[in-house]
Amino acid sequence: MTGHAPTPGRQLRRTRFASNYGFWLLGIPLALFIAFILLMFFYLFRNGLSVMSWRFLTQPPLNGMTEGGIWPCIVGTVLVTFVSLVFSVPIGVFSAIYLSEYASNNFLTRAIRSSIRSLAGIPSIVYGLFGVALFVSALKLGLSILASGLTLGLMNLPWIITTAEEAISAIPGSFREGALALGTTKWEAIRHNVLPYAFPGILTGILLAVARTMGETAPILFTGVTYYTRQLPTSLSSKFMALPYHLFTLATQHDQMMKVRPIAFGTAIVLLVLVLIFDALAFVFRLRSAGSNKWQV
Amino acid sequence: MPTSCEPAEVSGTPLPGVAGTGQPRRRSRRLTDKSAGALFLVSSLLSAVVLLGILLFLLHYGVRTFSEVPVTRFLFGTTWNPDAYGEPAFGLIPLLVGSFLTTLIALVIAVPLGIASAILISERLKGWVRITTKTLVELFAGFPSVVLGFFGLVVLAPFIAHLFHVPSGLNLLNAGVLLGFMSLPTIISVSDDALRVVPHSYREAAYALGATPWTTAFQIVLPAARSGILAAVMLGFGRAVGETMVVLMVAGNAAIIPHSLFDPIRTITSTIAIELGESAFGSAHYYSLFALGCVLFIIALGTNLVAESLIKRERRSFTL
Repeated sequence: MTGHAPTPGRQLRRTRFASNYGFWLLGIPLALFIAFILLMFFYLFRNGLSVMSWRFLTQPPLNGMTEGGIWPCIVGTVLVTFVSLVFSVPIGVFSAIYLSEYASNNFLTRAIRSSIRSLAGIPSIVYGLFGVALFVSALKLGLSILASGLTLGLMNLPWIITTAEEAISAIPGSFREGALALGTTKWEAIRHNVLPYAFPGILTGILLAVARTMGETAPILFTGVTYYTRQLPTSLSSKFMALPYHLFTLATQHDQMMKVRPIAFGTAIVLLVLVLIFDALAFVFRLRSAGSNKWQV
Repeated sequence: MPTSCEPAEVSGTPLPGVAGTGQPRRRSRRLTDKSAGALFLVSSLLSAVVLLGILLFLLHYGVRTFSEVPVTRFLFGTTWNPDAYGEPAFGLIPLLVGSFLTTLIALVIAVPLGIASAILISERLKGWVRITTKTLVELFAGFPSVVLGFFGLVVLAPFIAHLFHVPSGLNLLNAGVLLGFMSLPTIISVSDDALRVVPHSYREAAYALGATPWTTAFQIVLPAARSGILAAVMLGFGRAVGETMVVLMVAGNAAIIPHSLFDPIRTITSTIAIELGESAFGSAHYYSLFALGCVLFIIALGTNLVAESLIKRERRSFTL
């Protein structure tokens, strides 16, 4: 066709040029952004790998944190994330079931949905303030793993609800109708014919929430995390050390900042690797649930 | 969704968990069904309760500031120095200016980049390239902000100091650039959603008139999605204004009104993070941090509600 075209005008040539190459130009910022992420990973890993060893992972900090490892921080981060999930996973999944299966389109439902979206937009430091006011002071939990875990749980609740609701709503209505036609109650239909199929999607959301929760610093800052403790947490009311806060103190608060810099790099990459493991797991489960879209008509 | 009225009796092979005959069994099944529904309702009500609870707790402590500090001195005061001996000052303005300026720089960077990327992702990329790109962007949304702050501290700060010949790279510019990176994933994802809800018939009509994909994207799809794109900008704003750790680590933390890009600044979020640990419980200083929390809460809630209504408006414009 183009062979027969008369000499195109300047306007047309310009349009054609934009159409052929314009989208590639749009790709430049995106490519730069992705390159920035990859470069940052490369930089952090190159500097952090020198301190990485089995002892770094399994020893407590020694000599005013200038030597030793980060074992208590790993334990603290894992524990506090676990506590947050014990709170937010059941409540989050129950809410998601309500919103996708029971809620009718009325004022109450709209208010609940609006609250969930608003909660997702509340800054994490505000959750920290709320945690101090409610869990630490009003409920007298003190500075503890429990107070921090609950604060983090409130924060990741909207993320879990949103992804779980999406997963549950994706199951076709015929699944429920088949069960209901056989005489089950509504709950039995959900329990046996909806939740098992929505499970990979729900799990994806939970794994993503785990990854993000582990990296959060602001909500635990005043609710239980501590600069240094000699012993591992023994109960839910212990104070604890955590990876993100450890990195923050090593990077900005420590009096021998340059001397502990390698340990700071090491802490950063341990935190990143933990976060990435859960992100990768979430990705695998998402691929699997996307692959099992076979019932979509 | 149809609701089943009566749990029916099952003869022959029982469904798993549904077996049993007789009145008591049926009653207990109905009871389980009812209580499950109630449990789900209560769980979802909790979100609304938490949102209200956060507001009430912040107000409860926040208003106590004003028994010692007049409201106008808090809202319009231009000095934040609560520790000053004799005359402590609780002026919101320098912190508010700090928050807004960092966010402004972040948006100047992230909005054009984010919208350009979203157009590419939604209009051009397909298959595994699209999935991989979207996944990378989404993963960065969950990137620990403290690690990004650390990167800003050890790489970006010396770089800025060297490039512009300024004594310290811990300043407004550094914080703004990093916040731009933090809000980029939000802007890309929400813009991508906004572009994708534009019906295909819009694009097909443009193609039928001889428009190229490029012209279609910029003159048809982008204008049609403008409310949704604006919502993306709002949500990116909310993300940047609420970020704590990055600004705490790289903004320099001086509570002054800056005169240049290379002045250190202090945001509302980092003020709470720095001072909550060192202020005495029950002092005006302590309560004033909750008042700052109220300000943040109102900004975040307002941003969210506006963004939500913009998204709704875009969707409504496509339903005939």
